[in-house]
Amino acid sequence: MAPQLENSIATSATRAGADPMLPALYCIERLRHETDDTFTIELAPTNGSSEFSFLPGQFNMIYVFGVGEVPISISSDPQNSKTIQHTTRIVGAVTRGMGHLKRGDTVGVRGPFGTHWPVEDAEGRDVIIVTGGIGLAPLRPALYHLMAHREKYHKIVLLYGARTPEDILYRRELERWRSKFDLEIQVTVDRGTRGWRGNVGVVTTMIGRSPFDPSNAIAMACGPEVMMRFAVMEFERRGLPLQNIFLSMERNMKCAIGFCGHCQYGPTFICKDGPVFRFDRIEPIFGKAEI
Amino acid sequence: MIQTLEGIVSEHAFFKGLDERYIKLVAGCAKNVRFDEGQIVFREGDAADQFYFIREGLVAVELMIPQRGFTTLQTVGEGDVLGWSWLMPPYRWRFGARTLQPTRALAFDGKCLRNKCEEDHDLGYELLKRFTFVVTERLEATRLQLLDLYGAPA
Repeated sequence: MAPQLENSIATSATRAGADPMLPALYCIERLRHETDDTFTIELAPTNGSSEFSFLPGQFNMIYVFGVGEVPISISSDPQNSKTIQHTTRIVGAVTRGMGHLKRGDTVGVRGPFGTHWPVEDAEGRDVIIVTGGIGLAPLRPALYHLMAHREKYHKIVLLYGARTPEDILYRRELERWRSKFDLEIQVTVDRGTRGWRGNVGVVTTMIGRSPFDPSNAIAMACGPEVMMRFAVMEFERRGLPLQNIFLSMERNMKCAIGFCGHCQYGPTFICKDGPVFRFDRIEPIFGKAEI
Repeated sequence: MIQTLEGIVSEHAFFKGLDERYIKLVAGCAKNVRFDEGQIVFREGDAADQFYFIREGLVAVELMIPQRGFTTLQTVGEGDVLGWSWLMPPYRWRFGARTLQPTRALAFDGKCLRNKCEEDHDLGYELLKRFTFVVTERLEATRLQLLDLYGAPA
């Protein structure tokens, strides 16, 4: 095991001195529809002065007043401390209510919570990122970080799978990133629709031929758990050590500080010990139906 | 430096570990081919007398659906194998293939290879093992596509 990876997973980094159960007021600066069922909200603190810092991969609890609270990964650039962005899919009452908010409306924000992507430990190595659907959102801050410090990394490869071409998240941003010559981006869709001239197929099948050196690479994956199971199999087939694979797990999180037990995952809590896990630490329970 | 067909075949991951004498036999059934963008590689229903190793480019495996037109089921790119209908009777393509980008490939004469496999069952077994791996991979991928994993949760 590479000793430096031990430091890659820090504990929650909530605002210093703040009560982690007390939401801070943030107002909606912007709400942008990304696809048919996903949108991004941009938030700024209502007091206008405080700054928000987080690490790529962490999440916030967003409280839509009168409706409820949900955990959502932070999807903005970690170097921008003035505003924060969250991209989510409309899946229930809270996210539906959030989608109806307008500029100037307020929400409660608790966080940031959880562990982060090992962007420091990836320095001097290839980075292979595999993601599908809305799973790109928690990895977007890591991509911002990698690109802001491009000289510190070897190859950076992003493999992204979406349902159809119309479901591709951050499409314009991906096109812009792809136009740079120091980042390899492959996008594939499960179902090609008329006019799509790109890849069709499952994102994990692209791992086998993607240009990274398994002896000196860090892999980060986020998406449906089944997708991540197949991603891990492909990483293993390429010879990537298990301790160099990092996954973002998802369970029903409520308190976000490991008190309530809703997100228990074997001996760990996703909110406190995750959501980003080094794979060798969860291997015995990963993919087990009983967990 | 111009690479020989034997050299290209022996370096391909698909043939990794194959005995040198079989590499020669297989390469004897191969030729280099090029396709322009948008060119048909083979049509659904036609005789499946070849298969391809894509060296560069992108090819759509497609099916004609009435009222919807040609629908891409999968794309194959560099390093991928295209086509296995040459292996099984009635040796006709179940799907069509069309290039999405200019494509270079190795085309293998399926009938030539079938005959060589009949003559030497060890070669037949080695090839079948390799194609079974490709078919299994495609089956797994198809199952994942059917799951519609990125769709909204039920």
